[in-house]
Amino acid sequence: MANEPYTEGPIHTTVPVVGPDLTFVSVTDKISSLVLKRKTPLWWFIGFAVSFLLVQLLLLTITHLVFTGIGIWGNNVPIGWAFDIINFVWWIGIGHAGTLISAILLLLRQQWRTSINRFAEAMTLFAVASAGLFPLLHAGRPWLLYWMFPYPNTMGIWPQFRSPLMWDVFAISTYGTVSALFWFIGLIPDFATLRDRARSKPFQIIYGMLAMGWRGSARHWHRYEMAYLLLAGLATPLVLSVHTIVSLDFAAGVIPGWHATIFPPYFVAGAIYAGFAMVLVLTIPLRKFYGLEDFITMRHIENMAKVMLATGLIVAYGYIMEAFFGWYSGNIYERFMIYNRMTGPYKWFYWSLILCNVLAPQIIWFKRFRRNLVVLFVLSIVVSIGMWLERFVIIVTSLHRDFLPSSWGMYSPTVWDFSMFLGTIGLFFALLFLFIRFLPIISIFEMRTILPEAELEED
Amino acid sequence: MADEKDKPRTVEEDGKDDTDISASPRLPASMSPNRHASPSLHQTSPRPGVTVGPLYGVMAEFDNPSNLVAAARRTYEAGYRKINGYSPYPIEELWEAIGFHHTRLPIIVLVGGIIGGLGGFLMQYYLSVFDYPLNVGGKPFNSWPAFIPITFETTILCAALAAVFGMLALNKLPQPYHPVFNAPNFKLATRDHFFLVIEANDPRYEHDEVVEFLKSLEPKEVTDVEV
Repeated sequence: MANEPYTEGPIHTTVPVVGPDLTFVSVTDKISSLVLKRKTPLWWFIGFAVSFLLVQLLLLTITHLVFTGIGIWGNNVPIGWAFDIINFVWWIGIGHAGTLISAILLLLRQQWRTSINRFAEAMTLFAVASAGLFPLLHAGRPWLLYWMFPYPNTMGIWPQFRSPLMWDVFAISTYGTVSALFWFIGLIPDFATLRDRARSKPFQIIYGMLAMGWRGSARHWHRYEMAYLLLAGLATPLVLSVHTIVSLDFAAGVIPGWHATIFPPYFVAGAIYAGFAMVLVLTIPLRKFYGLEDFITMRHIENMAKVMLATGLIVAYGYIMEAFFGWYSGNIYERFMIYNRMTGPYKWFYWSLILCNVLAPQIIWFKRFRRNLVVLFVLSIVVSIGMWLERFVIIVTSLHRDFLPSSWGMYSPTVWDFSMFLGTIGLFFALLFLFIRFLPIISIFEMRTILPEAELEED
Repeated sequence: MADEKDKPRTVEEDGKDDTDISASPRLPASMSPNRHASPSLHQTSPRPGVTVGPLYGVMAEFDNPSNLVAAARRTYEAGYRKINGYSPYPIEELWEAIGFHHTRLPIIVLVGGIIGGLGGFLMQYYLSVFDYPLNVGGKPFNSWPAFIPITFETTILCAALAAVFGMLALNKLPQPYHPVFNAPNFKLATRDHFFLVIEANDPRYEHDEVVEFLKSLEPKEVTDVEV
């Protein structure tokens, strides 16, 4: 991963959004050939094989879990949430960057989103799929999942709508549904392109069915653009609500370290932070391996790094406020919680979190670091780890020593906790590998709209 | 809103195609492996004055968006109303040029959102107040602030479903067969070519005249499109 040539001046004046030589033909052919023509590269098989093995580990874990019960995990009485909720919140947070890129940046008319939105939306979907597994299995009897939804039943009972956990059910299922719809709607014109470019009959038929007869009619485009814009407008408050509600799972409880009003904005910023880090982790190797430097330019990379820095600072503010609230509350339990977090048995997690999430990203201030792909790649991994540690700290250190010393305890994960987590990472990457093999990873029709060729010459 | 009703009804809108699908043994052109066997497709040059079989309309092909939009404007100015443009990406000027200014979609989404919001709230209200009243921490049965998050989510969900399915329904998709797929170069409509069609059911449609008119717009090619 060589560094791009170093340029003076602000990036939006020196680096174009897309390479200068791109045309309708080259954009269409390049992106569709990744799916239709190009020989599947060796790294794809290796990557998919590794991910697929991890998926088998996930299936093994789930099978063992369903037959034995959640006692195979390290969860215990003071720490009932542990890995499940840590991983759930971590995955959901990662998903948020996809919606941010596809919806919020669309409303803000940020053209640079076009090269990365398809990919980021896919990441959202797969992250939500990985996230959803955790509360589902944590409930202990996943085959009774439908009890969470309000449906008329012979037991004569209904869900308790005043509980944030119930809000979560609606928020996550709505989020998953809307993300999938948004993604699929965005793909329809590109399915039509693949249908018309495919040479083999099976691909023509499959992409033809997915394109649903799309023919690029102007009337269709008008309604399509309207639908896309409205969906973006709906997804924007939705994505903010999802992590707000996730944070209310904590904030509505009375546990010291959870019961704080800062939680919703702090969680949303953390989600976007983790999500952009994951987009960078995925984008940097992908653009290298597929030679997409003309499509995903340094401007995209640098903009994402800047968003990461901005949200990272908000998260840092959240950490400071948590400590401040603990002290200023004058409440002995709150004060003890912060003291215990910083100096107790889990202090290494807390200080690693500060190192990963607060100190490390400060190097983005320097142009030479934020334009260095290797540095950014490593930093993004560090931030992803940091965000996982954040959820560990919030959940485990708050629960393990609450009000009564007689109910204190310690938590350590078992091998099945790790196998479940690794398994969902495998699921996420296996789905991503399938996605980059069979679907256009960059939105072809949206790329066409930002090319110089698309500018109308008015008489 | 009103415009969508007032605008000229085209074949795609009035659903005539449905009968064509049942009448035609042909597979969807988009998927059909046999489409090259269709005799009409061997024709590469316009055949002014020669009409074989029923025509859907006459199609002009352009290789850049500016010419298409200019041609669409002139076609509309010339009085043709049952016209349509085809492009590989959305061009706002194009749908304005063919006189398609408004769509009913926003009102559909609004209605979807209202149904979702009212439905979500009333469900919680009815269940918590009448059907299954439960004392939770001494809160009133109708503890409406606690019902807002779910109300919000169902509002978004129903509005989003209305946006997606409303768009597909107004566009009459999925629609596997459409006559324009018969045009020889139409595969390029999803790549880098631009098309303008004057449909045969336009009141001012007169085949030879339409062909001459489209030729005067300096397209790359003019072809008949069979139904």
